[in-house]
Amino acid sequence: MAHDEYDPTPSNDELEAHLQTRNMVVNLGPSHPAMHGTVRMKVELDGETIVKADTEIGFLHRGFQKSCENVTWTQCIPYTDRLNYVSALMNNFGFLSAVEKLIGLEIPERAKFIRVIGAELHRIADHLTATGALGLELGAFAAFLYGIEARELIQDRVTELTGARLTTNYGRVGGLNRDLPPGWGDKVLRTLTKVEELCGEVSALLTHNRIFTDRCRGTGVITATDALDFGFTGPCLRACGVNLDLRKQKPYWAYDQLKFEVAMGKNGDNYDRYLIRVKEIAESISLIRQALDKMPEGPVIVDDRRIALPPKDEVYGTIEGVMAHFKLVMEGIQVPAGEVYDATEAANGELGWYLRSDGSGRPYKVHVRAPGFHILSGVGKMIEGRMLADLIPTFDTINMIGGEVEQ
Amino acid sequence: MSTYALEQLEARLPGALEQRYQDRAGDHWGVVARLKIADAAKVVKELGYTLFVSMDCVDRLHLPESTPRFEVLYFFYSLERNEHLRLKVLVSEDECELPTIRFVYQGANWAERLAWDFYGVRFTGHGDLRRMLLYEEFQGHPLRKDYAMRDRQPLIPERPIKDIFRGPGTSGVS
Repeated sequence: MAHDEYDPTPSNDELEAHLQTRNMVVNLGPSHPAMHGTVRMKVELDGETIVKADTEIGFLHRGFQKSCENVTWTQCIPYTDRLNYVSALMNNFGFLSAVEKLIGLEIPERAKFIRVIGAELHRIADHLTATGALGLELGAFAAFLYGIEARELIQDRVTELTGARLTTNYGRVGGLNRDLPPGWGDKVLRTLTKVEELCGEVSALLTHNRIFTDRCRGTGVITATDALDFGFTGPCLRACGVNLDLRKQKPYWAYDQLKFEVAMGKNGDNYDRYLIRVKEIAESISLIRQALDKMPEGPVIVDDRRIALPPKDEVYGTIEGVMAHFKLVMEGIQVPAGEVYDATEAANGELGWYLRSDGSGRPYKVHVRAPGFHILSGVGKMIEGRMLADLIPTFDTINMIGGEVEQ
Repeated sequence: MSTYALEQLEARLPGALEQRYQDRAGDHWGVVARLKIADAAKVVKELGYTLFVSMDCVDRLHLPESTPRFEVLYFFYSLERNEHLRLKVLVSEDECELPTIRFVYQGANWAERLAWDFYGVRFTGHGDLRRMLLYEEFQGHPLRKDYAMRDRQPLIPERPIKDIFRGPGTSGVS
């Protein structure tokens, strides 16, 4: 039985034989430390190269549209907070702008400026979270801490303004819930100085960091044509060199009275998306300063008893006030029958609303065009053929927010 | 808002546009024939409406004009002209399907899956029409107006572990 003895030296045939390999399917998520929110990616790997990526979403689906169809227009506002929960004010105001367009309502000038200030504050918060988390997941924990510290300062101001950190519920059809608290503007200005300083720290830690740039430059690339095809908007589209910012193209609220530059990228990779966010924070800070400076005095909500609740002394003092209050609370605002599509520029891109009213006090249909949904659909295209490690920064820079993507 | 795209669509694709109207805010809408939507999308893309904005459906069951039952909405945007284009297709309950535009605009892939998921409108030729946000065993289409607000779904059996492909090795499916 000598021929059964084991010979450890491989023969030439064995050495040159084709190695049997098989693609491996790896599940990332739904709960994974490097994935924001609950999203599952089924990734087919050939070694470390991604052959195919299938994104599965819906773990955070709450029935946003169905809920909105069964409550009054005003009662929809708290639901919109929970779409992009990092920048709730932008969702509030975006939804209200669409409702006002459907009614054909012009809001007071002061309310327009406060909407700009609120939206830009939350744009800074959103971008800080995105860049901070990007640093965190690439190993730069300090950058995340600086970013979140700055975001906390902004959340404090938002709390003073709205009474809540995240679920703001601040806007109302025809304007705003209430005016700015006394001395709030000065506090914001002081906060912005601090935020500027902290953003400087974040970008000093990341922008020229060798490890960071190596992981971000040239990864997660998408061409402008593909980006448009998928429906990319916001920073992710501008990173490809497409100049589309609804604040400039179709100015709403008070944006036409303020000066700002649209940050642009060129390569459509993770690094450009990061840089755009950093630049946009600076632009937003300047926008808030201008808006606080130019903001006129006056009412913050339209003086129309069919739309806005009467002031409390009127409710308790006059029969007309009681009636208006009662009808608005019980029946809701009577939005005329019709349909409208309106869009504003949220932190991640075009936040569009298709609203349909049948003339009753409740929406017949509320469609939200969440920017994140369309960007997430393009992730497969951005990472296929690239390394698994590229998925992490790509997933960070598109800034997917479960609340708006999964409605 | 101009009617440029709608006029071009009428000229280049006769019979595709069934109706044109303006909504309350003065925006123009075009109603496209059901089977012509894929061709219309091609024309629209050639006209420079390269950004796929959004897609959704409306169930008109409780509206005064309730037949045909569904509206499928399409939104595109042109960078050169700086305007949105609003199109819709009317789909009846019996013929609840229309051609996919997935191969014209890649973004329509997920949007059509979402429309199928919530309204049960089929897109022919899509090829991968799985549910988008809900699970495969879900019964019905929840954004239809006849789906009750507080409807409950039956419990579904847990999927066997064999369904998950575990990669090389013998534990999974070969």
